[in-house]
Amino acid sequence: MTTLDERQDASHDGGAPVVRLDLPLVGGSHERTHGHGTQGLTSADEVDHAARMTAVRSGALGSVHSWELVTAVDGPGTRMTIFLAGCPLRCLYCHNPDTMEMRRGTDVEVDDLLRRLSRYRGIFRATGGGLTISGGEPLMQPAFVARLLRGAKAMGIHTTMDTSGYLGAHATDAVLDDLDLVLLDIKSGDEETYQRVTGRQLAPTLAFGQRLAERGVAVWVRFVLVPGLTDDEANVERVAAHAADIGTVERVEVLPFHQMGRDKWDALGMRYELEGTPPPSPELVERVRGQFRAHGLTTF
Amino acid sequence: MSTTAAPAGAPLAAEADRLPDAWAGFVPGPWADHVDVRDFIQRNYTPYTGDASFLAGPTERTTGIWARLSAMFPAEREKGVHDVDATKPSTITSHAPGYIDRENELVVGLQTDAPLKRAIMPNGGYRMVQTSLETYGYEVDPVVTEIFTKYRKTHNDGVFDVYPPAVRAARSSHIITGLPDAYGRGRIIGDYRRVALYGVDALIAAKKAEKAELDMERSVADVIRDREELAEQVRALGELKAMAASYGYDISKPATTAREAVQWLYFAYLAATKEQNGAAMSLGRTSTFLDVYLERDLVAGRLTESQAQELVDDFVIKLRIIRFLRTPEYDNLFSGDPTWVTETLAGVGEDGRPLVTRTSFRYLQTLYNLGPAPEPNLTVFWSERLPRGFKDFCAQVSIDTSAIQYENDEIIRPAWGDDAAIACCVSPMRVGKQMQFFGARVNLAKCLLYAINGGRDEVSGKQIAPVTAPVEGDVLDFDDVMAKFDAEMDWLAQTYVDALNCVHYMHDKYAYERIEMALHDRQVLRTLACGIAGLSVVTDALSAIKHATVRPVRDETGLVVDYTIEGDFPTYGNDDDRADDIAVALVRTFMEKIRRFPTYRDALHTQSVLTITSNVVYGKATGNTPDGRRAGQPFAPGANPMNGRDTHGMLASGLSVAKLPYSEAMDGISLTSSVLPSGLGRTKDEQVANLVGLLDAYTVSSGYHMNVNVLNRETLQDAMEHPENYPQLTVRVSGYAVNFVRLTREQQLDVLSRTFHGGV
Repeated sequence: MTTLDERQDASHDGGAPVVRLDLPLVGGSHERTHGHGTQGLTSADEVDHAARMTAVRSGALGSVHSWELVTAVDGPGTRMTIFLAGCPLRCLYCHNPDTMEMRRGTDVEVDDLLRRLSRYRGIFRATGGGLTISGGEPLMQPAFVARLLRGAKAMGIHTTMDTSGYLGAHATDAVLDDLDLVLLDIKSGDEETYQRVTGRQLAPTLAFGQRLAERGVAVWVRFVLVPGLTDDEANVERVAAHAADIGTVERVEVLPFHQMGRDKWDALGMRYELEGTPPPSPELVERVRGQFRAHGLTTF
Repeated sequence: MSTTAAPAGAPLAAEADRLPDAWAGFVPGPWADHVDVRDFIQRNYTPYTGDASFLAGPTERTTGIWARLSAMFPAEREKGVHDVDATKPSTITSHAPGYIDRENELVVGLQTDAPLKRAIMPNGGYRMVQTSLETYGYEVDPVVTEIFTKYRKTHNDGVFDVYPPAVRAARSSHIITGLPDAYGRGRIIGDYRRVALYGVDALIAAKKAEKAELDMERSVADVIRDREELAEQVRALGELKAMAASYGYDISKPATTAREAVQWLYFAYLAATKEQNGAAMSLGRTSTFLDVYLERDLVAGRLTESQAQELVDDFVIKLRIIRFLRTPEYDNLFSGDPTWVTETLAGVGEDGRPLVTRTSFRYLQTLYNLGPAPEPNLTVFWSERLPRGFKDFCAQVSIDTSAIQYENDEIIRPAWGDDAAIACCVSPMRVGKQMQFFGARVNLAKCLLYAINGGRDEVSGKQIAPVTAPVEGDVLDFDDVMAKFDAEMDWLAQTYVDALNCVHYMHDKYAYERIEMALHDRQVLRTLACGIAGLSVVTDALSAIKHATVRPVRDETGLVVDYTIEGDFPTYGNDDDRADDIAVALVRTFMEKIRRFPTYRDALHTQSVLTITSNVVYGKATGNTPDGRRAGQPFAPGANPMNGRDTHGMLASGLSVAKLPYSEAMDGISLTSSVLPSGLGRTKDEQVANLVGLLDAYTVSSGYHMNVNVLNRETLQDAMEHPENYPQLTVRVSGYAVNFVRLTREQQLDVLSRTFHGGV
């Protein structure tokens, strides 16, 4: 049975299927949101600084960049992905630099988010989906995350967190127990490259991976492949070894670098260092995926 | 209310110990005593809950016939038509038999004496015929011209004799558009299955009995019209028999085998397409009906799976080459030469058994055996309760071909029963018991601009609607604009229903669908299917006026021609009630206004939120709007949110659309969604599971209709540059599928921009 796809693929350049890092096309748009990021949520009323800080510390209030209903990119099924604002890392290839700073987010009450989440229970059931907390770095706001996860689990909703693991120590055991899945970004395998890519250290990520395994939390490892930055064979080999060390890893996703974040860096007036970096070739993507597979990892 | 007469030639089951031979093996019931195809299906079909593994590929015969036709398509695409018979107006019996490959065809019959040769059908309007012929370089026959300009009045002539000035003005300013006043209204589904099940003689007898029921009624206008229509129906059934006889088939009696059932049914449908150039010539719901016959022959060892598939393939080949002669203007509205041979599959029966059979799978399998194609317009009635195997196969076919549309069975069944089918794109109707007066649509965005400008057209400056007070001041005030808009919608609804009443009175009079209506009960439910375009534009515009600061920009004559917007405003398509409630209110309000005006033949008022591809044309005719849309830019199709303003994902976008109440838009609410293959998952299995999940999620959320495109932007771009490499590339647009390479460049760009907006 020849399918349309096969025939059309044949008329193209061919090569390995490159799974794009961008969103699935969603109702006319596959850009991460800006502008209307928190549309549908009520921004918390302006309150005085002290009261706000209390609410933030208790996790009743969080800084949210945007939310979205997405399929197949942030965990299984169709998920409500909540992007929190603020990240300790400064990844050169970040495609959401507008989430780096917490001050760019909108203050949203956790109860408001949970109300919206509860509205989508039928959808999560139908699609095998759930909640994904992403960012930014969710663990910049551990109390808020803890409350969100607890609320979701109380409703029986599948939970996922997308994290670099750098702030893994901020996650309490109770938080881990409320997580069904962690998308763990291992941005590089050797310490030096990790620091060049992110400006931070690799060790906390590896420690967090081990903790997740000990706690029995399922892990999908993600690795962004950037030509000339993270593609060194030895570096990839180390990422693969780290991934294979995590006892609960279920799959690895190799995400080819793309230039879709560039405009956001410009808009934010930030210096973008990967101006001339091309996306990886299908051959390179396949080589890297092969390296992971050689460690017995299910890799996409 | 339904036909009560016993079909002649089919002895009553109660009187005979056994059914006639043609019905051997069938479970009898009321269907054996009077025309009741649903009852026959319910008592005799075999639900299939397995997967697609039993399906057979194409035979050499099938591939050969399809190849022969495929070789003719490029020339047809190039010229616009393959050939036209310009001299012989089409009737059921007008043309000698035609064949593609006589020795090898399992199912025979063409609209004219050769494949892809189009016929003229002047009853709808002669100017359309003339223009079409001139466009494609054919000479207009003087005799035909004389007949249709001197002796025989057409539907089009009739309508323009009776349109009041308000309708003419609204029509020419494009606020009421696409009216079927110069072409066939279509959207009528004959119950073509009746011919296979009962044979033509029994149907003639039943129609004569129906007519006899009227003999005792006083001869007033309605009764006289009914009698004349029934007389025409009987005549048309006679012509159907004669047409079949010219191909060597006697279809006066019921079909005895699966092959005959397919042939009988196809002859009935073919007769309809020889008589009417309808905007949508839909087929109904035939797969599970035919499955009863196929299953009987399979069980008896008279057919193999490969032969069963071959029959379906051959039937579908015929459906794919239905052609009508149309003008380029028509194509601008409904692009890609669509015929809307819509076939409805699946759904769940009232007793809870899925209406999925092996033949439902076989119909979908034609998209592999023959390659993807827009016709027949395969439409799946989706329910979470459908069997897993069928759901998975649908999702797989969607991913591979983008050729299926989905409608919510859990909404349609409670409203119209489990033997309903879609006419055209999203219009549901009980087969053989219901028809619609197709009403195209009004441009609601333009209506808002008329309200702002006191009834003047924002493009021409002409006074179209009655003079009212235009908005004053520097900032648009929500309450003020709403009050004016409400009054303007009153005028529009009244003018619109007026127009439709004129159109359908004349269509019945001069271009009556004899054979299609012969395959209906005498008493049918008629709906007056109104429609609105520009819903998302108006919703966002009103949201902007309410939540941001919108200032009108006037030209030297005081006409508001543009707007400046300061501040943010919520937009439709993000599951945000602040915007979505406006859309819901608009749908309700316009429907309420429509309902106030009496309809021709007491038709039930309905409306759709559907544009087909005309969203491009509507946009072109509409000036700047207060949502920030620029003059001339396309509207979003159907009930879709505006391009790029739905920023929270495909499903959030769908959930906004799902809020539109079906009870106020019973002719359907259309949503077109597109997704990258990789956006559905990493593996094919994952993609299938995720698409099934999305369809389940959308339908359990009360979404009515979803077109699903699974396509790469690059594929479409390449197809624009190299159409010859993509003869079968199919994309779903609002309510139907089209051959992408047959769209105008403008429409291709619209598909590309709305589908892949925001891409690299």
